[in-house]
Amino acid sequence: MITYDFLQHYWWFLIALLGGLLVFLLFVQGGNALIFFAGKNEGERQLVVNSTGRKWELTFTTLVTFGGAFFASFPLFYSTSFGGAYWVWILILVTFVFQAVSYEFQGKAGNLLGKNTFRVFLTLNGCLAPLLIGTAVGTFFTGSDFTVNKSAVGDIASPVISRWGNAWHGLEAVANPFNVEFGLMVMLLSISLGALYLINNVDNAKLATQLRRNLGVCFGGFLVLFLVICYHLITMDGFAVDATGAIIIEQGKYFTNLLEMPAVLALLLLGAVLLVAGVVITLLRKDFKRGIWLAGPGTTLAVMALFMIVGYNNTAYYPSTADLSSSLTLANSSSSEFTLRTMAVVSLIIPFVVAYIAYFWRQMDRKSLTTEELNQSEKY
Amino acid sequence: MVETALVNWSRLQFALTAGYHWLFVPLTLGLAVIMATMETLYVTTGDEFWKRTAKFWMKLFAINFAVGIATGIILEFEFGTNWSNYSWFVGDIFGAPLAIEGIFAFFMEATFFAVMFFGWEKVGKRAHLAATWLTGIGAAISAVWILIANAWMQHPVGMEFNPDTVRHEMVDFWALVLNPVAISKFFHSVFSGWMTGAIFVIGISCWYLLKRRETRFALASIRVAAIVGIIGTFAVMFSGDSSGVHAAKYQPMKLAAAEGLEDGGPRAPFSIVPGVEIPAMLSILATHDVDGYVPGINNILEGYTTPDGVYHLSAEEKMERGKTAIESFSAYRTLKDSDPAAAAMARQRLDENIEYFGYGYINSKEELIPPVPLIYWAFRVMVGLGGFLLLLMAVVLWLERRKRLADMRLVQWVALLSIPLVYLAGQAGWIVAEVGRQPWVIDGLLPVNAAVSSVSVAAVQTTFWLFVAIFTLFLVIEMRIMIKAIKLGPNIETE
Repeated sequence: MITYDFLQHYWWFLIALLGGLLVFLLFVQGGNALIFFAGKNEGERQLVVNSTGRKWELTFTTLVTFGGAFFASFPLFYSTSFGGAYWVWILILVTFVFQAVSYEFQGKAGNLLGKNTFRVFLTLNGCLAPLLIGTAVGTFFTGSDFTVNKSAVGDIASPVISRWGNAWHGLEAVANPFNVEFGLMVMLLSISLGALYLINNVDNAKLATQLRRNLGVCFGGFLVLFLVICYHLITMDGFAVDATGAIIIEQGKYFTNLLEMPAVLALLLLGAVLLVAGVVITLLRKDFKRGIWLAGPGTTLAVMALFMIVGYNNTAYYPSTADLSSSLTLANSSSSEFTLRTMAVVSLIIPFVVAYIAYFWRQMDRKSLTTEELNQSEKY
Repeated sequence: MVETALVNWSRLQFALTAGYHWLFVPLTLGLAVIMATMETLYVTTGDEFWKRTAKFWMKLFAINFAVGIATGIILEFEFGTNWSNYSWFVGDIFGAPLAIEGIFAFFMEATFFAVMFFGWEKVGKRAHLAATWLTGIGAAISAVWILIANAWMQHPVGMEFNPDTVRHEMVDFWALVLNPVAISKFFHSVFSGWMTGAIFVIGISCWYLLKRRETRFALASIRVAAIVGIIGTFAVMFSGDSSGVHAAKYQPMKLAAAEGLEDGGPRAPFSIVPGVEIPAMLSILATHDVDGYVPGINNILEGYTTPDGVYHLSAEEKMERGKTAIESFSAYRTLKDSDPAAAAMARQRLDENIEYFGYGYINSKEELIPPVPLIYWAFRVMVGLGGFLLLLMAVVLWLERRKRLADMRLVQWVALLSIPLVYLAGQAGWIVAEVGRQPWVIDGLLPVNAAVSSVSVAAVQTTFWLFVAIFTLFLVIEMRIMIKAIKLGPNIETE
């Protein structure tokens, strides 16, 4: 039986899926973070830029679709978080905007600012976008300073429903170490994925050696933060929805969710194992290049599990620390049943979209990128 | 109190983003068709000349494409960051087309753009041609969905207000998709993109003719572009005509403002410029009937009766009923748990007046008049330039067929200097459509002052100037890069 409740959970699944794919595809950002660190000369840097440059639009589109899908399925999140944590989202957007033009502009005559400036933009987006997105997602667990009052629409002079409690408009998230740790974890993860992607996608021995070195350092840092975050998740209080629909603070809520949803626990563990395996095998075996195809899907699964922990099992996924009852849950923030149902039909196209992307990805990447190819054909 | 300054800066920021976005998008839409046609000629004739020609225009396409994407992402997220009340109040309807646009169109564009640009040696000739077409089709599909969303703001259909969730909820998806306003808007916008692409290609090709370089390339490009452009212009004219009829039907204030028509009636005249009028022409255009009744601004504010006997409420009556709707809404919210009977009565009063809900936020009837001179002149700029550009393309095509274009330096100069004009026409069109809708975000349902986010004026001013700086920088760089690439040329004859 397809109930309203089922549809809300189905759409949260799709949000989780898009979120998981987005973090996987942040390998584009992670790769760009390494332009100057892994690429020691112009030829190597050009390879890095052109390698991520053939995928960046997929990451960008996934981000846009993630936003669009969130808008369509949970519009109260869209209005509350984007309108409230104004500066965080604007900063994220600005880094992506600079990224969008930098590929095309960096290698062209007449670009005014010079090749390296645009590559610095790519590197900045590469570090800041995952860091900021991660920090913003951290607030899904720690809460934000906002109130939601739908009756405000009846106040002619001041009809705004969602209001932020402070003038920092989202920047205050950095005051909570958990959010920052979460952001840094996502950043180091995306750099690790970027290194794995480049090892697979570029055929250049010197670059690969350097990338393996970068991978070891970044993934080491990631593992430390991952364990810290896991420790927090097991011990921290969470925002639960009780039987009456009220939001309460519940001790160890997120850990409880893991135990009560063994499938999610399995997803998280499987994701973590694939991720670690992808990296470790790459580091141990010099001839192994396909680490990204273990670590990438692993990342997607693990991120999906995190979204499920924070959204499923009567949990408020976007909690308010200013007013618990304002917290957003799947039930109180979703679109109408009709819209979710309609959009559920639309979502049936997703496997087809994934299939054609995968097909052309394979067609385009049958051979790894080399300097010779760049010299002979179109390049950025 | 929602500050007027906040509303104005938020509007300005959105207008800035949308205006910049529409500098890059129409070229994407139009150039895609032109270069895909050229590549089709290459595949069917096997002539390498067409491949090189297509590749040159693709290079300019790619430079332009990136900036379109950059401005587009800001637009999407600005609905949330700056118009948060709007996002909740109508997100149940408005979010769907945005999500569908991402799933259906953006992935298609992203995937096939990469194949088109980097796949010449990696996929077969026909697969490559398909990728080129699919990039353009993806762009057009994305226009379908965003324009469905925009048309819904002009003429909301297929929804019901739910006071329990405090939002409009979708009840008929197909009404949304098949909204007549959406259909004319799609054709009008996409085909105006064909015009932009055509004038762009013709203008640049004429520059080569002026420089006596790449003559074969220039003339061949002009031939393809002019045909695409002329087809586009006719489609723009027909859809423009139905847009006028729709405005008369659904947004009479927009039409009255665009005409500067203070007092209307049957046999309303059409103003060419102030003081020069064609009798009864506006009635013909707006209703396809010489005797058709077209209300003027004063009629709309004071209330009027159309020949079919229907009385249209005055502004004050609408505002009164809007206030009743909002009060009934509040009463329903307060009473629904304590006094179900009274709540049901309030609900009924709300339902009776819901059509005028948005008017409850209007403080004085003057707020209902959009800025007349801006819309009046924008409309004339759009139509006047459209006519001129059609004539130009027809002349250029005719001269090219008669093999005389290569020597007509005056025509070449005019064509080159017309490139900015096609952009001006496009911007003017969106001013008519969007400024003409003021003070509404969603016609009749939600005015701008009830739709904005609660952020400080200073914050919006900061992001406004930030975006001004970023977009202007990008525009300048894009133009410099394009000019360099054009000066470098396709180098077909030297190879």
